[in-house]
Amino acid sequence: MFNEKGQVDAVSKLQTPKRDTELRQVWRHLRRNRMAMAGLIVLVIFLLIAIFAPFITQHDPIQRDFGRALDLPSEEHILGNDWLGRDNFTRILYGSRISLAIGLISVTIGMLLGVPIGALSGYYGGRFDILIQRVIDILIAFPGILLAIVVVAILGVGIENVMIAVGIASVPIYTRLVRGSVLSVKEQGYVAAAKALGIGDARIIIRHIMPNCLGPIIVQSTFQIATAILWAAGLGFLGLGAQPPDPEWGRMLSDGRQYIRTAHHLTTYPGLAILFMVLGFNLLGDGLRDALDPRSRKYK
Amino acid sequence: MYGYILRRLLLAIPVLIGVSILVFAIIRLIPGDPARAIAGVQASPEFIEQVRRDLLLDEGLHVQYYVYMTNLLQGDLGRSTFTRRPVTVELLQRFPNTITLAATAMVIATIIGMSAGIISATKRYSLFDNASMLAALVGVAAPVFWLGVMFQLLFSVQLGWLPSGGIGTWKHLVLPALTLGLATAALIARITRSSMLEVLRQDYITTARSKGLVESVVTYKHALKNAMIPVVTVMGLQFGTLLGGAVLTETVFSWPGIGRLMVDSILARDYPVVQGAVLLLAVFFVLINLVVDIIYAFLDPRISYGSKKGE
Repeated sequence: MFNEKGQVDAVSKLQTPKRDTELRQVWRHLRRNRMAMAGLIVLVIFLLIAIFAPFITQHDPIQRDFGRALDLPSEEHILGNDWLGRDNFTRILYGSRISLAIGLISVTIGMLLGVPIGALSGYYGGRFDILIQRVIDILIAFPGILLAIVVVAILGVGIENVMIAVGIASVPIYTRLVRGSVLSVKEQGYVAAAKALGIGDARIIIRHIMPNCLGPIIVQSTFQIATAILWAAGLGFLGLGAQPPDPEWGRMLSDGRQYIRTAHHLTTYPGLAILFMVLGFNLLGDGLRDALDPRSRKYK
Repeated sequence: MYGYILRRLLLAIPVLIGVSILVFAIIRLIPGDPARAIAGVQASPEFIEQVRRDLLLDEGLHVQYYVYMTNLLQGDLGRSTFTRRPVTVELLQRFPNTITLAATAMVIATIIGMSAGIISATKRYSLFDNASMLAALVGVAAPVFWLGVMFQLLFSVQLGWLPSGGIGTWKHLVLPALTLGLATAALIARITRSSMLEVLRQDYITTARSKGLVESVVTYKHALKNAMIPVVTVMGLQFGTLLGGAVLTETVFSWPGIGRLMVDSILARDYPVVQGAVLLLAVFFVLINLVVDIIYAFLDPRISYGSKKGE
């Protein structure tokens, strides 16, 4: 028999070095996955664009120039100008800031609410779990983007409200996911051991259960950012999200629609930007899912 | 079996009540004075008072909900603050259009998605497989409203083959349904492919082949049925995405459905119509899920109909 201290040490020793190599294994697997690397490169490019936008273009995303309104793509304005003479390329570059911010912030909101609720629901079970699951059932009854639209209808139109709305709309996904992982992890022997050692519930959840749920959360978050970007662009397109003059891709696309016969560059390129950013997150998510799944790692 | 269906029906009731509470809450949660928000910026104090009285905003919440539910169960969803017409009339006029659009999109998605998925799985790593899986990746990532606008540009503006919007003939339905269905087609193709590949690896398939059965019999008779289980699940879930996506597609193609009505009403602060549209879409989605669960139980004999769900 180990003494009490020896057991605790054994548990933590087993975990720390293992997680380290785990991370390296995941990266090694991910690096071999060409599609995932393509996704990662796309995302890094978007990140660089978002950071260095003012250095990439000398135009201003908001400054109007009516003399050059609706100009077709040319050498100076490679993706043309919009109806107020603003450089389309510049607005798309700056738009990556908005889309990345919406994706990251709304997913963070969803995670901050959904993960703890799901963890507690799964860990404690019983009436609390039933209550939470019924509430989630109700939220899930609002299909797709609809829950986000409902929240915007309540909070009002605007980009901050879109972030909150999309974040709230992703809470059910995290709650279900984490609850499921916790349910499977909490039956493991080492959790029982930790309990037997008298370790508090909070510590067990944070130190011993959550690290094992991290994989699914990371994978889901990657996909969720993609969804959040699509939904936010959709809300922008409907006029419920970003307001002028913000260069938000969904809004730009919807405003450009009335010039589709003469200046389709105003609808084509913002849409392509959304597509590539979403594709980047999806490809990375696919790769992470394979890399974090030990089964597929072994067989491939 | 009937016990299982009955139990699923009973489980849907609390969800429907919850949905009604959330929809009821929509106008009560508006920051500031809801009556002022609903009446509009330029409303006279008398009109604001009238809205407050109509919605019983001075009564207790339980009274408000009781009256709301009583009216709701009698099919009374209030009147549009904009057109002054009953909300029920507005909704019933447009609901068939949304159903037509979503159902056609689903049919298109199923045909394209399943055929692409099956061919991809049986001809793994072929040119077709690679091309269709790449198309599926793009299909999932492309914003539905952008696809719609691009189809308008190609088929209406440049080729002039199909109308760019509105409703009337079957030609009006083609572009919106195709737009709405493509993302779902992409998902169905991916799920069908991976599910087929999984099933084709099973021992019973090897047995079927070793019996000397023709490959097409193995694929369509032995593999497909079992491979369909995850596909049906995804289709059920996707119907919700389709209903959500319909909001965007209807806006692109000026399709007079529930989604567009809802967005217009949010922008016009016509809250009774917003509530009605949200309620209708959510209730419809819950019912669709119910049907999917029941179909699922028929398809997968492992699901027990007894007291315990799952294996």
